[in-house]
Amino acid sequence: MSVFRTHVLLPVDEGTAQAGVFEVKRRLEKELQARKLQGEVKVLESGSVGIVGRGVILAVYPDRMVYFNIHEDDIPRIIDEHLLKGRVVAGLEHAPVAAMAAGTAGARVGLTREQRRIVLDKAWTVDPENINEVLATGGYKALERIFTEKSSPEAVIEEIKKSGLRGRGGAGFPTGMKWEFTRKAAGEDKYVICNADEGEPGTFKDRLILEGDPHKLIEAMTIAGYAIGASRGFVYIRGEYQLSIERLGKAIAQANEYGLLGKNILESGFSFELEIKKGAGAYVCGEETALIESLEGKRGNPRVKPPYPVTHGLWQKPTAVNNVETLANVPAIIANGAEWFRRIGTDKCPGTKVFTILGHVEYPGLVETDMGTPLREIIFGYGGGIRGGKKFKAALLGGAAGVFLSEKLLDVRMDFESLKENKAVLGSGAVLVMDEGTSIADMLFSIAKFFAHESCGQCAPCRIGTRQILNIAYRIRQGNGRAGDAETMLRLAETMFKSSLCPLGQSLIMPVRSALENFKEEFALAGGQAVKS
Amino acid sequence: MKLEDLKKIREKTEKDMLLRAAKTRLRVVVGMGTSGIAAGARETLKAFLDEIEKRDLRDVIVTQAGERGLSSHEPIVTVSEEGKPSVVYGNVTGELARKIVAEHLVNGNPVSASIIEVKE
Repeated sequence: MSVFRTHVLLPVDEGTAQAGVFEVKRRLEKELQARKLQGEVKVLESGSVGIVGRGVILAVYPDRMVYFNIHEDDIPRIIDEHLLKGRVVAGLEHAPVAAMAAGTAGARVGLTREQRRIVLDKAWTVDPENINEVLATGGYKALERIFTEKSSPEAVIEEIKKSGLRGRGGAGFPTGMKWEFTRKAAGEDKYVICNADEGEPGTFKDRLILEGDPHKLIEAMTIAGYAIGASRGFVYIRGEYQLSIERLGKAIAQANEYGLLGKNILESGFSFELEIKKGAGAYVCGEETALIESLEGKRGNPRVKPPYPVTHGLWQKPTAVNNVETLANVPAIIANGAEWFRRIGTDKCPGTKVFTILGHVEYPGLVETDMGTPLREIIFGYGGGIRGGKKFKAALLGGAAGVFLSEKLLDVRMDFESLKENKAVLGSGAVLVMDEGTSIADMLFSIAKFFAHESCGQCAPCRIGTRQILNIAYRIRQGNGRAGDAETMLRLAETMFKSSLCPLGQSLIMPVRSALENFKEEFALAGGQAVKS
Repeated sequence: MKLEDLKKIREKTEKDMLLRAAKTRLRVVVGMGTSGIAAGARETLKAFLDEIEKRDLRDVIVTQAGERGLSSHEPIVTVSEEGKPSVVYGNVTGELARKIVAEHLVNGNPVSASIIEVKE
């Protein structure tokens, strides 16, 4: 085996793939060979950095330097100047890795500033398709700890309960309690399901976890299986997430081969099988009972609750359904202890949260930072503020089923409790930023359209309500609003909230009410007409 | 797989990945400016890599830097060790590179005859 003096990492995700990362990789390999450097410089793919719109990204170690917007024709220069002579190539956009890795102080503004990364700790510094690298950087340590210390399933659940981990899919339900209910539910066969049907508009956190560190999810689901007493698990993953499916598939095969999954894991006597199921792109299938129906091979219609999946889930057996990000926190909690986890974030919402920042910001992308970080810091710190020197107008938090916040609420802390106090939700962690030129009436129309399209049609309030709200939102947007339109819209949304079967119909109230309350002036009536600003 | 096997894989791969760690014990910097390359710095670099591989030293990083302005002494190599002054060697041939690995990197005795500068 040869010793490489330099590692070149190419983060691969949909964005960089489109920008030509594979062309860059091929060219890099070709040019290295032409210069007989292939034995000194190792080229490998990694998960995404979480920075959007900066083209192909290339990281050089041990120099710890990252380049942005790389074109394949830049490769000869990078090799001759940097890889050969050790000089950073002037004229190419670059930043030190230190600023982008966890726990080191970096730039003040932008996605390269300091973050705390628990779920994304390996996301772009480790080759996700190489289980050895994952093992060397602490992967499967938690599983190992459980089996070497012979922790009981109850002790594992207790540790998760103590950590205060709450569901990161949006609802914020305590994960330890969910596991305990499932463990205590009657019946022999139990299941673990990972909800990777990430469909909330503007959210791509789960994709980056799956692409960057699929082994973390496998480890977490195995731990969950051990804790609740399940021997089978399913990852229900969005069909569009090609790369995630591919990488997770490879990771499952490797884990099976290493005996970290399958029969008699690490000779502990515990067996756990994991399967991938592809979703077909329905928004409602992100709702856990609709997801279960779809997993069973039926139409993805939500079930009437109760009973809840913890007692009557997949094939009516006790099932724990957890979001990708929630599960990705589990290995670190088991490895480092609940006390460690509780020291991060806020008292009632410990840990970190992955936020996706998009819209009219300077640096759209993804950050992982402490729960309770003020919204202002996320938008102006990490996001770099409003693009093109314009003024901030609104932020839509939590995707389509989210809440419009105005400037008055910029200092709200981003955790389940603080947001609830302000009639807002954390949701999936999407932060869509809008500048002064945006029309909230337009935004509300596009959200209403989305809901009307995605309503499964099973229950009347949602089927009819979404259509009626869409009609009203349309005429307000056209400038043809009638007197009382705002009130009607609100009343419809309230009815849907009270009577819909599932969170899809129940949550349209959030964007509707927040838009009407926080941006009254845009929907104000003048002479019987709603005025569009 | 047993726990012991897992541990072995971890330890082995950790060594391979030291390159990506923020800190390593030893850093060898080879001057790769124009005059360095003209004086044979490529051969020097290869000799370092080869010798380090032969001896399976994994806490050493070999990297490159630009010109120092001491052309008559090229190839120039700097050896930095955490908590110690950096040692700069001049006229480092492939042979001398192997000697530096054996005496300085492994045994901790700098090759004093070839030192041109010691930086605190």
